Amino acid sequence: MNNENKLKFSNEALALSQRMIKRYPEGKQKSALIPLLHVAQAEFGGWLSSDAMDYVASLLNITPIEVYEVASFYSMFNLKPVGKCVIEVCHTGPCWLLGSDDIVKYIEKKLSIKAGQTTADGMFTLKTVECLASCGTAPMMQIGETYHENLTLEKVDNIIHECRATVVEPVSHWSKKEIK
Amino acid sequence: MGRKLLTENINVPGIQSLDVYRKHGGYDGLKKALGMSPDAIVEEVKKSGLRGRGGAGFPTGMKWSFLAKPDGVPRHLVCNADESEPGTFKDRYMMERIPHLLIEGMAIGSFALGANTSYIYIRGELLYVFHILQKAIDEAYAAGLLGKNIMGSGFDFDLHVHCGAGAYICGEETALIESLEGKRGNPRIKPPFPAIQGLWQRPTVVNNVESVMAVVPIVKMGGDEYAKIGVGKSTGTKLISACGHINKPGVYEIELGIPVEEFIYSDEYCGGIRNGKDLKAVVAGGSSVPILPKDLILKLANGEPRLMTYESLSDGGFITGTMLGSGGFIVMDEDTSVVKNLYTFSRFYHHESCGQCSPCREGTGWMEKVLHKILDGHGTLEDVDLLWDIQSKIEGKTICPLGEAAAWPVASAIRHFRSEFEEYVKNPSSIKKDNHYYRLNNISPEVA
Repeated sequence: MNNENKLKFSNEALALSQRMIKRYPEGKQKSALIPLLHVAQAEFGGWLSSDAMDYVASLLNITPIEVYEVASFYSMFNLKPVGKCVIEVCHTGPCWLLGSDDIVKYIEKKLSIKAGQTTADGMFTLKTVECLASCGTAPMMQIGETYHENLTLEKVDNIIHECRATVVEPVSHWSKKEIK
Repeated sequence: MGRKLLTENINVPGIQSLDVYRKHGGYDGLKKALGMSPDAIVEEVKKSGLRGRGGAGFPTGMKWSFLAKPDGVPRHLVCNADESEPGTFKDRYMMERIPHLLIEGMAIGSFALGANTSYIYIRGELLYVFHILQKAIDEAYAAGLLGKNIMGSGFDFDLHVHCGAGAYICGEETALIESLEGKRGNPRIKPPFPAIQGLWQRPTVVNNVESVMAVVPIVKMGGDEYAKIGVGKSTGTKLISACGHINKPGVYEIELGIPVEEFIYSDEYCGGIRNGKDLKAVVAGGSSVPILPKDLILKLANGEPRLMTYESLSDGGFITGTMLGSGGFIVMDEDTSVVKNLYTFSRFYHHESCGQCSPCREGTGWMEKVLHKILDGHGTLEDVDLLWDIQSKIEGKTICPLGEAAAWPVASAIRHFRSEFEEYVKNPSSIKKDNHYYRLNNISPEVA
């Protein structure tokens, strides 16, 4: 493990991590890995660098490879830097039936990027994602922890405008406000 | 109006909170259960005929009775709240509106199984629901409903909520267990079954959210009373999450046994097809189950009405039937491209395959690519046969049922809508372009 690792959780995040680890029996602390990776992503700018993953490994007394293989498996973990707002538009069947492809195209045009890309100013990343259990309120998209449902083009305009006006810190699924 | 056992109080203001939940009979089921013997509770669940509400429909009481109980080895109840099957959103709806019903069910189930520590595994994207559950758990601890000696019964019970991070496969119970152990969500080879070696190699029962919740009314009313609702082996009520081209999408609690036609067209449920359109097809139990055209979803092959039960929906096998599955009910109007809808499903399964088994890892990708080729206007008639061939070589050849889940939609779409595939291949100009949003909202893409 890299002893010169400069990344470190805030005191609040460390306290939360300790509480999470205690939910599992003695010796089974690895079970807290996924929750801790969410915390790491919130603490370290919305994505997981190898330093961030090494740091989580050190907190759980497991090897870095055990963290890498998990982080690379789950779709919520970003292994590359992302924009401050990651817009995740569901495009699976039920959302597609109600026009998610048109919502994606509309956002692509509005932000001048394609799905999977980040705007030049680093503000938005647009992702298409698979079913988020919001089929009855389709089409929908998620930004941070918020589900935006029953989308209309007008709603999309307002949400993007609101993000531009208010977002300063990166918005990850777990945000600083959860870490307290 | 059918009886509501789970959603009776769902619209009571403040039912999320412990106080209001208790004022409406909340935790009375737990109190009653703690006065019973654990075996008697399992017996009531057996008598109720409750079948797993996550999709497989395996009898819950029987699953409980399989749990190994070696001395000195802790065992666990794990709630599967990794709801990710396209078309399914009932568990999310329940957890965010009435979280204490899940906690009460977990406490009763854990007492019946002799589990002193249990976990709710919720999909990571539902972070806001994670917080709702955590808040409710905190309230329950403060009130002595969780923790040491709950309700003065001498039973110690800890309940934790655990979040995933985006992986459909973790809804498969052994993948869920792997994930809960902090690993990749790769399903395990069975046996050993979780009832013998599950979480941390300890005896474990994994139950869906709705199954756990259903235990509460079963304990309150008794298994026999519960079993009086429904038809045959489809007892009790079921939550159906309805979506697609219907007037009233949402979560409905039905008494098992109502006609499919009533569910789609009556104002009590889906309220008919949007914009006065005709019905084309339905995927009745989440994306994995076979799609059926209008005539077969409304009626059995012999012309009798098809009912919302496990048996009636699967009547005719996969030739003319489907499955109740998770209750994710996806409705498509006459203008829908079944091929394009199938493409989104195949893309989904390709994305969600864990990659352990070659037939699934490779086959899901091939199916997605062949469908993409057809939709791109470059398909041939051989491609349709190739699709059939690929799906037939995935089914039954994988560790977990994701292989079947990916194969069945392809097989059924070709079985019932082959002419649509052939039309796309012969006449690419007939391929429907995506303009659903604009079409459904009566606006022109150019205007926007």
